[in-house]
Amino acid sequence: MDNANSPLQIRALDKFRGRTQVLHGIDLDIAPGERLALLGHNGAGKSTLIKAVLGLIRHEGGSIRICGAKPGTGAARAATAFLPEAASFHPALTGHEQLGLFARLAGERADIIRLLERVGLGEAMHRRIGAYSKGMRQRLGLAQVLLGRPKLALLDEPTSGLDPISRQDLYAIINELAGQGAAVLIASHALTEVEARTDRIAILRKGVKVADDTLAGLSAQAGLPVKLRVQAQGAEADRIALETGGRRINGASVEILCRPQDKMAELRKIAAMGDAVVDIDMVPPRLEDLYRHYSGEDRK
Amino acid sequence: MKRAFAIARAEMLILRRNLWLFMATLIMLSFSLALSFAGSAPTGTLGVDMLTVSVASMTTLSVYLAPLLALMMGFDAVAGDRDRGSLALLLAYPAGRAEILLGKLMAQLAALAVAMVIGFGAAGAVAAWFGGAGPESLIALVRLVATSILLGAVFLVLGYALSALSSGAAAAAGLSAGVWLVFVVLYDLGLLGAVVMDSGGVFTQKVFPWVMVANPADAFRLWNVAASESVALSSGMAGAASALPGWAAPLSLLLWPALGFLLACAAFRRVEP
Repeated sequence: MDNANSPLQIRALDKFRGRTQVLHGIDLDIAPGERLALLGHNGAGKSTLIKAVLGLIRHEGGSIRICGAKPGTGAARAATAFLPEAASFHPALTGHEQLGLFARLAGERADIIRLLERVGLGEAMHRRIGAYSKGMRQRLGLAQVLLGRPKLALLDEPTSGLDPISRQDLYAIINELAGQGAAVLIASHALTEVEARTDRIAILRKGVKVADDTLAGLSAQAGLPVKLRVQAQGAEADRIALETGGRRINGASVEILCRPQDKMAELRKIAAMGDAVVDIDMVPPRLEDLYRHYSGEDRK
Repeated sequence: MKRAFAIARAEMLILRRNLWLFMATLIMLSFSLALSFAGSAPTGTLGVDMLTVSVASMTTLSVYLAPLLALMMGFDAVAGDRDRGSLALLLAYPAGRAEILLGKLMAQLAALAVAMVIGFGAAGAVAAWFGGAGPESLIALVRLVATSILLGAVFLVLGYALSALSSGAAAAAGLSAGVWLVFVVLYDLGLLGAVVMDSGGVFTQKVFPWVMVANPADAFRLWNVAASESVALSSGMAGAASALPGWAAPLSLLLWPALGFLLACAAFRRVEP
């Protein structure tokens, strides 16, 4: 079961804070080059899980292996890169000095200037961090993730405080990391962002992993309805609604919810209506719907 | 060790940039010079040169000032990073917690040493220039500087321990003030009270000197006093110094930084950022 090649292998992880159990038997694996989105509400245990992997906090049960090493050991720390939520640094140092310190701590001979330019801090690298904006500090945090070649990158809310363009850059950098073979874990709230940019999605709810699959896999398991939106010709909307069992949402449109496996049958029925139908849109369940489903808001 | 040096290098930059190095030096320099000039009166009556008198008064000054400066530098070491939120990232790097503290200690101790050497050195030079100095008083000055740095080390590591134990930088600052008060002021007052109550009994004869030397601030005073007869003469501490073997005070002052560092590391290891 101990696979030394696996960047991250978590088995039956339990963590207590006082008497409350904050993580319940978490199993999680990330393969080299894989991008995993870890989703969950505030307090669901995302940051706790990351800190346990970093070896910053002790766990009570289960095991964590980073490339076969225990968390907190030199080997594990050397293999791991970490971007904390709202990265912060000593305000008296410059970005260049701070990154230089990290490089020396990691034992890396990195091209610090190139790294800072890579994240868009080329102009500001000799200014004190105290004068940086939140987004600039986040970029500096990102630059230190790129130091060395991490086998495992743990990014806690990496897009918080970044403007949309920086987010594009961020995901470009994440793809670069994954392209180099790093396993990337992204803990996030920004569902629409991670939807298209990760390979797999895990959802935590109150310290329990309630989902762990690709977006398509999660959709299939959840069995959430596909939404068909039919635009009707003139006054035909009522008839279409009646025939398909859909619901009129405005003067000329009908919304039909159907199970994924019934989708084709429904489409054929609508196509057979001929000119009565002007247009049709098909909306598969989005990550937001899936997230609501798995994180429990839909469960009664 | 390379990592400790990396931390020390960054810490030194911080000390220079936030003017700590400059302020500490300025404080040491101005107090030492002021004391040297003010304390030049009794030279003739005791029959010692002026540098000796100056060293005696600077010893008293250092007992108060070295712990204070050290605690003011040290209290932020862990708590500051934790308050800022930068501790988790630092600890995610492959530097051990002892290495991090050692790096900070090297930088801050170097800053203290610079302040001591410049402050006491300048005051000593002034005293020697105006009132003469001999080989003995020069050695006393060197000893003062070296033991002051040791005393600073004691309170730097105590500051780190408090910093790791407390919930935040503000709490650490408060605790540091308390520790300074206890070691530098209250401890001696308590001992004085005990000696007065005991009125020359067994406690005063046998126990008191050992209890006294257990406090690093008093050990510092005793070491400087016991080693130099003329300094003892001019500081009036000959009695307590003669009741102890010569190694007691140096042992105490050398043990404290080591034990304090172990304590600080143990406290730091328990920190969960």
